[in-house]
Amino acid sequence: MDATVAVNGLRKRFGATRALDDMTFTVRPGTVTGFVGPNGAGKSTTMRIVVGLDRPDAGSALVGGVAYRTLKRPLTHVGALLDASALQPSRTGRHHLLWLAHSQGLGTRRVDEVLGLVGLEPAARRKAGGYSLGMRQRLGIAAALLGDPPVLLFDEPFNGLDPDGIVWIRGLLRSLAADGRAVLVSSHLMSELQDVAGHLVVAGRGRVVADRDVEDLIAAASDGRVGVRTTAREDAMEALARAGATVTVTGPDTLTVAGLPGAGTVAALTAAGVPFAEVSAHRATLEEAYMELTRESVEFR
Amino acid sequence: MIPLLRSEWTKFRTVRGWIAGSIVAILLTAGVGLLGAAGSVRSCEGPNGNVCPEIPIGPGGQAVVDRFSFYHRALPGDGSITARVTGVSGVITYPPPGHDRIVPGVVPWAKVGVMVKRDLTQGSAYAAVMVTGDHGTRMQDDFVNDLAAGRDPWVRLSRTGDVLTGATSADGRSWRVVATTRLAGPAVIGLFAASPCDVTLGQGSLGGVVGACRLTNVTGRFEDVSVEGAAGTWTHDDVGGEPGAPSLSVGSARDWGSAVQLTGSGDVAPAGVDGGAVIERTLSGVTIGLIAVIVVAVLFVTVEYRRGLIGATLAATPGRTGILPAKAAVVAAVTFAGGLVAAAIAVPAGLRLMRANDNAIAPVTTLTGVRVIVGTAALLAVTAVLALAMGAIFRRSAAAVIATILLVLLPQLLATASVIPVAAAEWLLRLTPAAGFAIQQSIPAYPQVEDYSVPALGYYPLPPWGGFAVTCLYAAAALGAAIVLLRRRDA
Repeated sequence: MDATVAVNGLRKRFGATRALDDMTFTVRPGTVTGFVGPNGAGKSTTMRIVVGLDRPDAGSALVGGVAYRTLKRPLTHVGALLDASALQPSRTGRHHLLWLAHSQGLGTRRVDEVLGLVGLEPAARRKAGGYSLGMRQRLGIAAALLGDPPVLLFDEPFNGLDPDGIVWIRGLLRSLAADGRAVLVSSHLMSELQDVAGHLVVAGRGRVVADRDVEDLIAAASDGRVGVRTTAREDAMEALARAGATVTVTGPDTLTVAGLPGAGTVAALTAAGVPFAEVSAHRATLEEAYMELTRESVEFR
Repeated sequence: MIPLLRSEWTKFRTVRGWIAGSIVAILLTAGVGLLGAAGSVRSCEGPNGNVCPEIPIGPGGQAVVDRFSFYHRALPGDGSITARVTGVSGVITYPPPGHDRIVPGVVPWAKVGVMVKRDLTQGSAYAAVMVTGDHGTRMQDDFVNDLAAGRDPWVRLSRTGDVLTGATSADGRSWRVVATTRLAGPAVIGLFAASPCDVTLGQGSLGGVVGACRLTNVTGRFEDVSVEGAAGTWTHDDVGGEPGAPSLSVGSARDWGSAVQLTGSGDVAPAGVDGGAVIERTLSGVTIGLIAVIVVAVLFVTVEYRRGLIGATLAATPGRTGILPAKAAVVAAVTFAGGLVAAAIAVPAGLRLMRANDNAIAPVTTLTGVRVIVGTAALLAVTAVLALAMGAIFRRSAAAVIATILLVLLPQLLATASVIPVAAAEWLLRLTPAAGFAIQQSIPAYPQVEDYSVPALGYYPLPPWGGFAVTCLYAAAALGAAIVLLRRRDA
């Protein structure tokens, strides 16, 4: 199966609220696609439409070229973590996976495999009602992995995870993409996707605001800027401003310089006799890139 | 479909509350029924001391009434009896509205005519052709079989070999055969008269049925009586007569040679409510057990909505159509098995308790007993499917439980508690899913018996499987609607 998700022109209203307004993007295999935007941007609704839970008013969402609703044994095509708290509290985690497995013609062996994969074996035979939010996330991820699908959708998988859990899930997401799977991960916090997402779809008000490779994005956001590390921040700022640069303070002893190349920066600081520890090409964080992007998009409107 | 069934079964069995609920349903159904049976005590006072009279059993195994006035001879082999009924009159005691006088009159099912009967013991096989008070000329045999045969005054029964043929005639010359039946061996042949009591059914001021049965008798006048093949002399007997019975119920025969006048009371018919306690009395726990069944079936689907689990279910089976049938199959199978266990305990154990308390039990065939037990389990299962469908339609536990109880249990309680008029009760039991309780009725209401055949006394207006089919239709319609809604609605 062609492991792509093609979302095309989705529109959806819930009563008077417009949840989706021409949402269009593609999730490609082999990379993690971050799906970011503020709460209410339409991320969850889009994912629910992809797996056939909600019906769009217009547009289509195809998985490998076909509608999800037509798939036989769909969990072997698409795995989704949409709502980790959607559990019967009196059923054990293992039994939760077991009924899902049975619905796809899978057996207990696969259930125990995915339990091991997410590290939930010790709690597997306890009632899910007693699980922490992090354990529920792991159970939801196990459910998504049950059918070993080439397409994975995770809605806010970082919620409720402790720092160890966040490290673990980042590794998991990277390895799933490295297997050649298409992985869509939504988040309302850019920093969570740092070093994970290879592609970024930014949603706002039910539509796509930006759809770019992360490398391009960061390069664009970093474009021509120079980072300076100095103990004499005030002096440095004065010298650089005099040389015609725009200077931004990014830390107690760090500055970002725009409008002056690296060599010019070194020359200006040396000429003014300001000591500095480091001058380097600046690499923007994903969050900075995101801010840059949304600022642009506001200007575009 | 198999993976889906397996999946839904896994869902059901892995929630302890649902298994517990199913066991509670079994315990309630069997336990309440047994309590009711244990509390059912019969005591009799009569001329023979406090011994309850035996209820006669007919050739078909049913409890019967076999009490009538018989003017007869012996019939060793082939033979016949012919007579013309020239008059039917009678007495009715204390009829409505005043209930204060004894008046002349004939009740609709008063019977005078010719009869061939195995012997004079109650419940023995017979065939008879008769003129009735208000139902024309008829042929009846072995208590349960009844055929209308016009309004002719001439009646005849003839036996050749072991075949008995009944016939009627307007003029005594051209005869029309009504039916044939079989009765081999030595028998008795003669004229008979019987008049069942005058039944009225009222409603108590606090609900409940008040039945009244007033003594009557009938006098038939026969002319042109001719008998062939008979032996011995004419003898009169009150079959089933008891010493000390009221004088009006004591029969008599006067024979002038050219005419015979025969007076009698009683009836030759299936027993109705007097035939002993019905076996479904032991299943009074079903209405309580049904509530537990409804709650479990509703929760099996509404809990998924409350917990958001329905999203996982629908994502796993995006075609959606098969989900509710699979759930229904699981709930129906579990409920049927549980209901079968409960009924198979409650009926035999309850009957044993009731017999220990001197209760007479209206006998039924094995097939009927099995139908009552299996039918009860099936009724519980179909109601569970209805409840499940309600759960899927309402997506709210309380609303679905209440709706199902209103649909199934409320009509049943209203109709059988006789707090509403009988006609309304019968319509409720035709038109609502409560119609299915008819599957529990072990003794049918016979048209040839004027009886208290009202819902309050366990008589349903629809036949057992007919009533059950009504409940099935409701369940199927609700399930169909639920499937359509599940397909159409967002999760």
